[in-house]
Amino acid sequence: MMTFTFFATSYLGIAGPGLDLKSSFVDSLQSFGLSTEMARLLWLPLPMLLVLTAAMVGVLVTVWLERKISAAAQQRIGPEFAGALGVLQPMADGLKLLVKEDVIPARADGLLFSLGPVLVLVPVILSWLIVPFGQTLLISNVGVGIFLWISLSSIQPIGLLMSGYASNNKYSLLGGLRAAAQSISYEIPLALSVLAVVMMSNSLSTVEIVNLQNDAGLLSWNVWRQPVGFVIFWICVLAECERLPFDLPEAEEELVAGYQTEYAGMKFALFYLGSYINLVLSALLVSVLYLGGWGFPIPVEWLASWLSQPIDAPLIQLVTGSVGIVMTVLKAYLLVFLAILLRWTTPRVRIDQLLDLGWKFLLPISLVNLLVTAALKLLFPLAFGG
Amino acid sequence: MKSGLSMFSLPGYDAFLGFLLIAAAVPILALVTNKLISPRSREGERELTYESGMEPIGGAWIQFNIRYYMFALVFVIFDVETVFLYPWAVAFNRLGLLAFIEALIFIAILVVALAYAWRKGALEWS
Repeated sequence: MMTFTFFATSYLGIAGPGLDLKSSFVDSLQSFGLSTEMARLLWLPLPMLLVLTAAMVGVLVTVWLERKISAAAQQRIGPEFAGALGVLQPMADGLKLLVKEDVIPARADGLLFSLGPVLVLVPVILSWLIVPFGQTLLISNVGVGIFLWISLSSIQPIGLLMSGYASNNKYSLLGGLRAAAQSISYEIPLALSVLAVVMMSNSLSTVEIVNLQNDAGLLSWNVWRQPVGFVIFWICVLAECERLPFDLPEAEEELVAGYQTEYAGMKFALFYLGSYINLVLSALLVSVLYLGGWGFPIPVEWLASWLSQPIDAPLIQLVTGSVGIVMTVLKAYLLVFLAILLRWTTPRVRIDQLLDLGWKFLLPISLVNLLVTAALKLLFPLAFGG
Repeated sequence: MKSGLSMFSLPGYDAFLGFLLIAAAVPILALVTNKLISPRSREGERELTYESGMEPIGGAWIQFNIRYYMFALVFVIFDVETVFLYPWAVAFNRLGLLAFIEALIFIAILVVALAYAWRKGALEWS
């Protein structure tokens, strides 16, 4: 136990609040004789590559889950030959798309055609900058925090519109226009429901938002104080990710595959990757904004007193740090599971129903939700973040 | 490098720039790899635009009625509104009742605009 505690304090650097991998990395490099500046510079790309890898693995797992759960919902077996239970199937799919021929239609605009999928994928990856897995376990705790995600997600419709237009195909054009209309219609209720959470946290920082939810475990999660906001946010997220029941841009019975119709090989794979990264990202953000992020359902203080350890003991810090990552991912994957089940239980809405739901229902409700939150914050400052 | 990093007056945004480069490298690497290892042939009607198996009739770059442009206009108004509300929400605990009433008036004006657009049929798809 002593040696383990020593290892934990010296190599993982958990003297501060939560796991602080950065200072321990910098410290250990400094002990090899590097300057502080140099060590910091070497540190900079590491969390990014780690998060990128995590996102890619997350996509592979989600694709496999989607295929397996879809199969179970339809009483099929699903992928089963590539690896145990077919876990390698997404890898095989990706490899197949990587070696497939890239076809650009003769009448399409080549540059915009190639730029479209890139413009869809890059902002989605970039949004992972602000996803926290622990007190210091995020790439950068930038000041604008959650607002960065909202602004980055507005870039995506440009890419969709661009690829729809550049294909010079009627299905693609209609799909691209639908995608853009859907995206902008659900962005405002989305931003307004995030706004209510921001108001309760007095901060845009995702770390602050989670910290304010972890006073009393399960009971202090935002979902209890923002039930309406939670539902609005979840509906909007499904619409932004173009998941059923809101998958009109690629409704295959009407539009073949929407803006993706002309895409093949790697460019199609970029759309595919983008939509799944977006789904995992959105699920993570739901858990950060409403479900207490890395927090336990039971307060950490109780756990510490039950184990008769002080709360800042290295062992407790190490355990909470690593279980925190598991908690974040677990909550996110419960939501992914819910999204996949929704896909097989809800019929697709029509475009006019979709726009009505966004503009005539969610927008007024989210405005009311914001004002009610503000009024409650004035009346009960303690319960709503002071 | 010190001078390069101190160019950013706001903390944490050097990571944004770094991650932007890494995020942009993903699709570029994927597309370049695809270009290098995938087969290439231009024979037959491979590059013909897909139109349910028919010869495509005309192009898609034509003038037609985009029914969504009214939504886009209303969207711009409400998007700007939301951006204005963000600083209000962050500082709300220090502003108190007066800021609440001010925001109430601000939102009320926009709700009137929404009601007007609704009555005028700007939010109807057909």
